[in-house]
Amino acid sequence: MNASLLTISQLSSLEITSLLSSARRLQSEESPLKPPLPLSGKTIGLLFFENSTRTRLSFESAIRRLGATPLTLAIAQSSVQKGETLLDSAKNLRALGVDAFVLRHPEAGAAEFLAREIAVPVINAGDGMHAHPTQALLDAATLWQSWSALRTPAPAEENCLEGCKVLILGDILHSRVARSNLELLPRLGAQVTVCGPGSLLPSVEQLRAYGSIGRSLFPDESLRECNAVMVLRLQRERQSAGFIPTLQEYTRFWGLTDERLKLLRSDARILHPGPANPGIEISANAMADSRSLILTQVEMGIFVRMAALLRAFGRLDS
Amino acid sequence: MIFRNARLLDASRSIDLEKADLWVQDGKIAAIEKPGVLASKPGVTERDYQGLWITPGLIDAHVHFREPGFEHKETIHSGSRAAVAGGFTSVACMANTSPVNDQAVVTAFIREQARRHALCRVFPIGAVTRGLQGTELADIGSMIEAGAVAISDDGMPVLNSKLMRHAMAYASSFHVPVISHAEDPHLSEGTCMHEGSHSFALGLRGNPAASEEIMVAREIALARLTGARVHIAHLSTRLALEHLRRAKSEGLPITAEVTPHHLTLDDGAVLGYQTFCKMAPPLRSSEDVEAMIQGLADGMIDMIATDHAPHSPLEKQAPFAQAPNGIIGLQTVVPVTLSLVRNGRVSLFRWLDALTSAPARMLGIPHGTLAIGREADLCVIDPQRRWKFDSAQNASKSLNSPLLDSARSEMQGQVVETWVGGKQVFKSERNAR
Repeated sequence: MNASLLTISQLSSLEITSLLSSARRLQSEESPLKPPLPLSGKTIGLLFFENSTRTRLSFESAIRRLGATPLTLAIAQSSVQKGETLLDSAKNLRALGVDAFVLRHPEAGAAEFLAREIAVPVINAGDGMHAHPTQALLDAATLWQSWSALRTPAPAEENCLEGCKVLILGDILHSRVARSNLELLPRLGAQVTVCGPGSLLPSVEQLRAYGSIGRSLFPDESLRECNAVMVLRLQRERQSAGFIPTLQEYTRFWGLTDERLKLLRSDARILHPGPANPGIEISANAMADSRSLILTQVEMGIFVRMAALLRAFGRLDS
Repeated sequence: MIFRNARLLDASRSIDLEKADLWVQDGKIAAIEKPGVLASKPGVTERDYQGLWITPGLIDAHVHFREPGFEHKETIHSGSRAAVAGGFTSVACMANTSPVNDQAVVTAFIREQARRHALCRVFPIGAVTRGLQGTELADIGSMIEAGAVAISDDGMPVLNSKLMRHAMAYASSFHVPVISHAEDPHLSEGTCMHEGSHSFALGLRGNPAASEEIMVAREIALARLTGARVHIAHLSTRLALEHLRRAKSEGLPITAEVTPHHLTLDDGAVLGYQTFCKMAPPLRSSEDVEAMIQGLADGMIDMIATDHAPHSPLEKQAPFAQAPNGIIGLQTVVPVTLSLVRNGRVSLFRWLDALTSAPARMLGIPHGTLAIGREADLCVIDPQRRWKFDSAQNASKSLNSPLLDSARSEMQGQVVETWVGGKQVFKSERNAR
């Protein structure tokens, strides 16, 4: 087993179920963990080369709950601005006694690169358009929780999303969240469809590698059928880069608007990895809807990241 | 010096003599005879080349020697050291140095550095546009007068079609070819590998095959318009090759080259974010690789060129998108491409033509032949010898090759000697395995 967590595809099915069940077990424990805490005495370096609030806070919180100390490289004040490279920064933190890294970086492959160059575990907290494995795991854990409540008998762990129709809606082409979910959700039995404007969708050939993934250009039909819709953030730069004419037009055809909210089944679920642009890819009402799991995702994120950290130190029970 | 009992191969005159003697006198090829004809001469050394091939010295129409400006990557001296270790006796070096080779003084500097330090012949290629900026023509005539043999903005495609038209028409009055790095700069902007399943899975911005197809089609249209000689650098896509096929059947004076890596590696080699497999144009699909082999075999692709592009280890040791484009290739061309001959994909003469007479014709230089009276530029090959391409063997200043110290390092076929103008400039260490 590789202690680093770089992509979903590196994980065996056993590792996936053990991460997901551990996260749910950690969540169900009524009080915080009791001393001695499992990672007490460890220092975890957080290298965030890209702005992120919730992922960083989520990891910091997970680290503290396990008894470890986070050491965060705050990019704005750091020497990264002076041209210090990823590897230099990591080596310096390593010299400061860091036992594992959590890395967020704008370049695809950065986590794999760091893991190859440095001798301690690396947890990928998002590398360019490539992967965001803890986000996909928290999405799956959140979906599993709600899907199992609807199904009797509840499906087996390794197939916990069996029959669940998931629509991923938005800028699939540039999304690491979409890629990691395309790798993960079908392995758990979900039927995944991606939807977005043609300029923001991968080709049929590119999707083929992920198994039988649906590809639709407009969302209404899929919205009627799906058990869950995962709305992705639309970067405002996509307009200036010419992928879409205007944000308004995007909202009109692909946004989860109040109108489209009515298409969803009463027991369907709404997810969004955050941060959302309310009124663009998702309406404020959709976010606040009783079917929305957006805040549950945030909460689940802490437990999934605790599980990923335990795994990095070989402390995850399977 | 008399080279005895070698297999002599010369694609320029379709000569394949199983066993022959070659006499070099005053740096020129003096005679080629069947064994027993050339008597020993007093004061003339003789050596036995039984079991070895002697071919014209190889010619690479596309290298980057980085001097002036990037001497930490390669110099004319170190680049030429790698060239002769790969069997090359002539190379043409691209203009993207610093300063750019866009005026006669830089051309003259390169020639002078080559005269002082190079182990092989170095032919400068001048820029098409000033500073490779694509906005105004470089001093094309003056550079040619100073020794440039072609013009190219290699690495920076000339986007402005009108300017490229003028460049072609202007260059043709000096009888030099225009070498095109055929990519649509907008389609390729910000990309770092071939667009396909792998690029999506890796989250890397993909460079679509259409980028090359569009530019090759444009260069053909402009060649038709101007009548200029146009050479397509590092062809990599199946459909661009189809454009070329049609242009050649029309009789347009167009040539093309392919690199050893585009003949042997596909975009799957990038998996794991291997920066030593990052170059422009990128490694393409396996169908494209197959088409490149076919194109080389049937002569639609005229020549093999390495696009030898050295970068320092620190530059390549970076997240994939940040690493610079290019790999070194001079020393491994013979074994890598000879494998295509060994497995029957490309004929021996076609292969040799692609590395000698075809680039000589395109560059308009009097080399790549064993014709009597020509400079004795020779490459001696042991076609059977197995060896490993490791750091100890590497003669370049840089290490950026996917073949170096890797699972791909096992080679068959080795250049054992290289001669330029009758002088031995390279002899391989014995490391037969």
